[in-house]
Amino acid sequence: MIPISNYLFLSTALMTIGVLGVLTRRNMVIILMSVELILNAVNINLVAFSHYWGTVHGQTFAIFIIADAAAEVAVGLGLLIALFRNKEVVNADQIELLKW
Amino acid sequence: MAHEYIPIFIFLAVAGAFPIVTLIAAKLVRPESPFKEKLLPYECGIDPVSDARGRYTVRFYIVAILFVLFDVETVFLFPWAVRFRQLGMFGLAEMVVFLALLIVGYIWVWKKGALEWI
Amino acid sequence: MNGGFSEFFNRNDYFLITPAVLLALFGCGILLIDFLHDTRQKFMNALTALVGLSFVAYQLIRIQNQMDAVQMPELAGLNNSLLVDHFAIFFMLVCVAATFISVLISVRYMEIEHENHGEYYALMLFSLLGMYFMITGMDLVTLFIGLETMALSGYVLAGFLRGDKRSNEGAMKYFLLGAFSSGLLAFGFSLLYGISGSTNLQTIAQALGQRSSGDPLASLALLTTVTGLLFKVAAVPFHQWAPDAYEGAPTSITGFLSTGPKAAAFAFLMRILLVGLAPMRDSGWKPMLIAVAIVTMTVGNLAAVTQNNTKRLFAYSSISHVGYILLGLVAGNETGLKGIAVYILVYAFMNLGAFTVLVALRHGNVIGDEIEDLSGLFFRNPGAAVMMLIFLLSLAGIPPMAGFLGKYFIFLSLIETGHTGLAAFAVLYVAVSLYYYMRMTVMMFMREPVEREPLTLSPGIRIALGLTLAGTVIIGLYPEPIIQLATSAILR
Repeated sequence: MIPISNYLFLSTALMTIGVLGVLTRRNMVIILMSVELILNAVNINLVAFSHYWGTVHGQTFAIFIIADAAAEVAVGLGLLIALFRNKEVVNADQIELLKW
Repeated sequence: MAHEYIPIFIFLAVAGAFPIVTLIAAKLVRPESPFKEKLLPYECGIDPVSDARGRYTVRFYIVAILFVLFDVETVFLFPWAVRFRQLGMFGLAEMVVFLALLIVGYIWVWKKGALEWI
Repeated sequence: MNGGFSEFFNRNDYFLITPAVLLALFGCGILLIDFLHDTRQKFMNALTALVGLSFVAYQLIRIQNQMDAVQMPELAGLNNSLLVDHFAIFFMLVCVAATFISVLISVRYMEIEHENHGEYYALMLFSLLGMYFMITGMDLVTLFIGLETMALSGYVLAGFLRGDKRSNEGAMKYFLLGAFSSGLLAFGFSLLYGISGSTNLQTIAQALGQRSSGDPLASLALLTTVTGLLFKVAAVPFHQWAPDAYEGAPTSITGFLSTGPKAAAFAFLMRILLVGLAPMRDSGWKPMLIAVAIVTMTVGNLAAVTQNNTKRLFAYSSISHVGYILLGLVAGNETGLKGIAVYILVYAFMNLGAFTVLVALRHGNVIGDEIEDLSGLFFRNPGAAVMMLIFLLSLAGIPPMAGFLGKYFIFLSLIETGHTGLAAFAVLYVAVSLYYYMRMTVMMFMREPVEREPLTLSPGIRIALGLTLAGTVIIGLYPEPIIQLATSAILR
């Protein structure tokens, strides 16, 4: 058997990469990808725990999170395109109409 | 358990070595005489006019994102398909409600004209 | 033990999900019927939404009557993933009222902006649908899906003015930080599931109770979950999205976002902290909340002092109100929880009232979100100016307006549990907040108006002003019924 700590380390590593991506990157498409990475780290966590406990709730939750991630991507890219149409840049630090 | 990973390590080594060996061999064999005009990006024989990254329509995005959404709908149909018999009429009614909500969304997208010119 | 999964819905389940079914039905109906309207009949979408909201409110009251008839404190449904108790009905009715008033003020505003599409109202109904599952959920999956439904509808609504750059930008910032915090929250939920093996909040509380308090997994779960929750209510230092989202969004949506989703997010926060994470209160989230509440009140009040944009000012004022409400959770006794319920109800009315007046300022080129747009309002429409004064006094917490009631109970609960220092701190900030509310009052009454023409109010705005004014003044002068309602709505 693979000890559960292996799965947890993997998901924590992915989560850290995702969080750092959201906090430090400037290109908004990359930030969106990092958010997806966070949600996938959560999925790994859920499936690992579902295997550990033997219940099915984790896998059900994981499927719902996949659906939710897809919906978020749809909304996020739609907003990005609306922004892009008006402004023609995707760099987060060039979006500075709203300040302080 | 490490011996189970040996095929993977061999695969990694071959995959890593392959491009390195071919690129180095090519560099050693080919003649090299660059001059300025030869290194310009190709644009039908004339001097390059604009940036190589062109614009493309947003309809590709719309098709892709509609595909993702209806694909995730399909993901939800799989568990129902696996347990079809045990879920019986109740499962059918539930899935009809789910599909009806998504069909409403589909009709709305259709009427809004997001599926035009594809 | 497979968790006692029962195969089908029973009658109770159907009864409990009826509000959600109604909202989905009316939302989809608006989406489809919108195509049959021509441009002059677009207000019918709003009318359909209002009818739907009335049905939902009626159904919620029916559920409450059923609960009282069988003498049960709560009704559980869907295999224990929903729990409808008086707390849930109270908060849901607050959210329905907030949505109702937001729909009323949206009609003329969106017509002027030429973005009067049917999906606007459908999205508000879907947002309310998400709020229903956030407020009544007892299972991590239900809670998360409800949260996401509400949030995604909110992102689209905030960016609804597609041609306006500030709307795009505000919605984008709201979306990025909201998606990030949902991810963090989901990570916390997955750890809670890993600790207990079940996604039901009560089972999680039992499993947490059996763990020692320094447990690394439980601490990480607590940290990520509470961080995600605080993002959603815009507490400092996770408040960065709120000023930009509120400033960029259409004013009617700013009113909606600052009351409906905030009330639902608070119910969500209370449900998780008081039921799911209850064993970790004293060593876990209570110290965090004390620190967060202090910083939130500080940043909210001090930043609002420097603002010139009214929507941004109200965003920071919202943040400071969040600080006061969190103090109620810190106290945690009956008075505190009662105070939170009263505060959120009253806050919904007075905040929406203020935003109704701001929406009424929109005409021609004037958007109504600079403080100068308020100048001379008394000379243009004295009624609106006086009502705005009442709302501002209520927001500052001056008796006999309703705003005083919420603050009174929360500060009382702090003193009752011995946090007198915190109470003094909060009262100090109430004094600071008086400055920026009075600044707007001075603008209205003592400056010459930039435009001379009188301000006309559409029927929707008149009704909304009437409702919010009634709420603010009547609750302030005759608080007994509301206090009793809130006492029955305490989360046990």
